[in-house]
Amino acid sequence: MSYTISGGSAEVQNLDTTFTALADPTRRAILARLVRGEASVQELAEPFAMSQPAISKHLKVLERAGLISRGRDAQRRPCRLEAQPLAEANEWLERYREVWEQNFSRLDVLLEELKAEDARPKTATTRQRRKTHKRK
Amino acid sequence: MPTKDIGKLTIVAAGDRELVMKRAFHAPRKLVYEAWTKPDLLKRWLTGPDGWTMTVCEIDLQVGGSYRYVWKNRDGNEMGMGGVYREIVPQERLVATEKFDYAWYPGGAVLTTTLTEHGGITTVETTVTYDSKEARDGVLASPMESGVTAGYDRLEKLLATNFA
Repeated sequence: MSYTISGGSAEVQNLDTTFTALADPTRRAILARLVRGEASVQELAEPFAMSQPAISKHLKVLERAGLISRGRDAQRRPCRLEAQPLAEANEWLERYREVWEQNFSRLDVLLEELKAEDARPKTATTRQRRKTHKRK
Repeated sequence: MPTKDIGKLTIVAAGDRELVMKRAFHAPRKLVYEAWTKPDLLKRWLTGPDGWTMTVCEIDLQVGGSYRYVWKNRDGNEMGMGGVYREIVPQERLVATEKFDYAWYPGGAVLTTTLTEHGGITTVETTVTYDSKEARDGVLASPMESGVTAGYDRLEKLLATNFA
């Protein structure tokens, strides 16, 4: 459920590719490493039992999503983290999360009420009150 | 479950078209299920952001039955949605389609809600499966804000908690 007005198609595509890029643990680990500073493909491949071509495939996905940029130095081509797409994805999730946190806080309160009612010995009055659910 | 995790909402984007929402409640499953499926109870909590109220809440709780929710805000704006129940296992599992009146996203979605109880704590897990990749992120795209840069703390938190 969302209460935000949708943006243009460019934003739609950006969020989509961002989420797809992030839906992979290796790519997330690569991003986590890049948070600490830029790195070469060799440096990024090191922690994984993965060949450089395999890592390069992941880097392409991240680059397409705008999450990393590659340096022009032909030999090293260092990878650098780009924060903007992540910030946008995070913002949407935060808004969505806020709405649901509010909903569930209210549900917590309601559940306390229902538990208290359940604990009371059932009388005709209690049954009637449950039926009408007057707000206190 | 550690006490600190009760009341903590987790929302995780899974794959290219799903969202999984999980939340534990300090209440028996029977009551949580009631609060989730009885209109007069649902109206009291599923109201959305500040300023909105649920003006319509109709539930025909049976397979093939439909439900309809409408919210209205202070300015008089309305938002309606509804769907049809596909599976119902009382107190355990609900599967229903979802479609908004105003096409916030193309197509619709299927919501699968499961309830499990351990020692008086009920965990509700809802998986929202959108019809398409574009739909999951599409209508929920937030407007671009220029110059927004996330601090490293936020980035690490995002990676660790939202995309587990």
